[in-house]
Amino acid sequence: MDIKDIIKPENLVYEKPKLLTDKTMHYCPGCTHGVVHRLVAEVIEDLNIQEKTIGVSPVGCSVFAYNYIDIDWQEAAHGRAPAVATGIARVNEDKVVFTYQGDGDLASIGTAEIMHACNRGENIVVIFINNAIYGMTGGQMAPTTLLGQVTATTPCGRDLDRNGYPLKITELIAQLPGTAYVTRQSAHTPATARKCRKAIKKAFQNALDKKGTSFVEVVSTCNSGWRLNPVDANKWMEENMFPFFPMGDMKDGERDAPDAYFKKN
Amino acid sequence: MGELRLMKGNEVIAEAAIRCGCDGYFGYPITPQSEVMETLMDREPWDETGMVVLQAESEVASINMVYGAAGSGKKVMTSSSSPGISLMAEGISYIAGAELPCLIVNVQRGGPGLGTIQPSQADYFQSTKGGGHGDYRLIVLAPSSVQEMNDFVDLGFELAYKYRNPAMILTDGAIGQMMEKVELSDYKPRMTAEEIEAKYGSWATNGKKANREYNVITSLEMDSAKMESNNRRFQEKYKQMEEEEVRYEMFQCEDAEYILVAFGSSARICQKSVDLARAKGLKVGLLRPITLYPFPKKPIAELATKVKGFLTVEMNAGQMVEDVKLAAGCSNSSVPVEYFGRMGGIIPTPGEVVEALEQKLIEA
Ligand SMILES: Cc1ncc(C[n+]2csc(CCOP(=O)(O)OP(=O)(O)O)c2C)c(N)n1
Ligand code: SF4
Ligand SMILES: [Mg+2]
Repeated sequence: MDIKDIIKPENLVYEKPKLLTDKTMHYCPGCTHGVVHRLVAEVIEDLNIQEKTIGVSPVGCSVFAYNYIDIDWQEAAHGRAPAVATGIARVNEDKVVFTYQGDGDLASIGTAEIMHACNRGENIVVIFINNAIYGMTGGQMAPTTLLGQVTATTPCGRDLDRNGYPLKITELIAQLPGTAYVTRQSAHTPATARKCRKAIKKAFQNALDKKGTSFVEVVSTCNSGWRLNPVDANKWMEENMFPFFPMGDMKDGERDAPDAYFKKN
Repeated sequence: MGELRLMKGNEVIAEAAIRCGCDGYFGYPITPQSEVMETLMDREPWDETGMVVLQAESEVASINMVYGAAGSGKKVMTSSSSPGISLMAEGISYIAGAELPCLIVNVQRGGPGLGTIQPSQADYFQSTKGGGHGDYRLIVLAPSSVQEMNDFVDLGFELAYKYRNPAMILTDGAIGQMMEKVELSDYKPRMTAEEIEAKYGSWATNGKKANREYNVITSLEMDSAKMESNNRRFQEKYKQMEEEEVRYEMFQCEDAEYILVAFGSSARICQKSVDLARAKGLKVGLLRPITLYPFPKKPIAELATKVKGFLTVEMNAGQMVEDVKLAAGCSNSSVPVEYFGRMGGIIPTPGEVVEALEQKLIEA
């Protein structure tokens, strides 16, 4: 059997989602961004919501997400994607709006915007790519960088006294009453990618059902920023990030009922 | 004749927004403009016209909500006062860079820093020369009455859409808080989704349609040649504004030997100053720029060939005076252009202005 036989249509088990454009991705080989883009494109296609969906790309390596998925996109300032998405969603109630943000964008410069959007229960989806580093600007410390982790601005490793603790922002988000679904996933193996896709699909379905904010963290690799090859980056992530950022759902349902939040008289 | 009311400037901004078919307001409280959002919340326009009103967590968020909503072609606005506008600077630059229409109202207070809640015109530079990063301009309208607070909401949106550029109403605490008679505009319906798609479907991110490519709203362009050509396009647009949108008003300038140049609150004071000066036998007129950008350079340049001097009257340390000097210098570089002003929230009196005119231009 040569290559021509292998690529016959009847042997096809997996194909490029129709909503992924033909533009060559600018991501480094091994980067998680490309995988998650694919999952998002598949979900939008599955739910048949291309004409309804508006993506908000961040400042970070995924600033160019708008080159790759065939939907309307708006590019936000660093950290402000949840506010931009709020603006779009509030005046377009029939649309499905999602942000796609890195850890620097979401958990550092944009903490106020993400907290308040989630607390208001904005009917949006947040895809949070946590690679524990600032990929785009050349590998500086992120709020999620682990203690001891070497980055361009922590050349001797992140130091507690100098830099403080790594931030588990998703755990904080899960406490907010406006969130419907908060989960942490990875996408580094076929099995985890499939699980992640399910989580993303649930998040988008929630937006269609107007359930409140859905938040999907994907623990990710930045092999370039970490100075590791893709295989070693995956290993490093499993050994170092997974214990600190455990997988699984933190909240699944809909935003809190208002009763407990009312003034008493 | 539209509906007549006695209203505060800030309240009128809110009322005019509802009536002109605005789709959304996003803001954060700050004195002396909080009545804008308070009035909107009180009016509950979501029941009446479907307009969305949201109190954001900060001015950073409110301008980015405006950016998002404007991206989808909707007619949206925010209002704030000086410190809040500083926080919005990044967002405003993005909106200008992404070429989106929106309306921003700055009810100025004195600065720098937390400054004072009293009226000021110290954000002239910030509003007319940029404020955020990069080469961009806002269309800046300066109302001098509560009536103009009403009229400029609609005008601001009209110009914002015409040029796909943010427009600003630059006013101050005096006009925001002042009550005057106002003739309110008639109601205009909000744009329908079909109208938005028909008019702005070439750029608005209102959901990709089967019959068009997907739209992307961004100010990012990594290719320098393309970024330069984007900048050239912006500059062309600003040039067109300078040719087509200059607005100003002249009082008793026909025979005037001296011209006061003042906008907004200061222009109201100066009308009185003109009367006082005329009563003294001094031939004084007033030129009131209504658009601060584009600035009325031409009428100033024309007057410069006829008059003996200009005095700008500003509630700041002398900002617009630079533009008057440039404009006057275009045709007569030797005509004196002086400045008089008060700062820190103090409004000059008409008499002070006449005194300054005599000292700086006549006796000098
Ligand atoms: C206001 C502002 N500050 C700083 C930057 C520079 N900057 C661009 S991307 C970035 C960090 C992005 O890191 P992250 O959000 O983790 O995304 P990643 O590239 O890792 O996916 C920074 C600091 C900017 N563009 N704007
Ligand atoms: S720098 Fe890191 S986050 Fe950016 S594309 Fe490369 S691997 Fe991905
Ligand atoms: Mg990152």
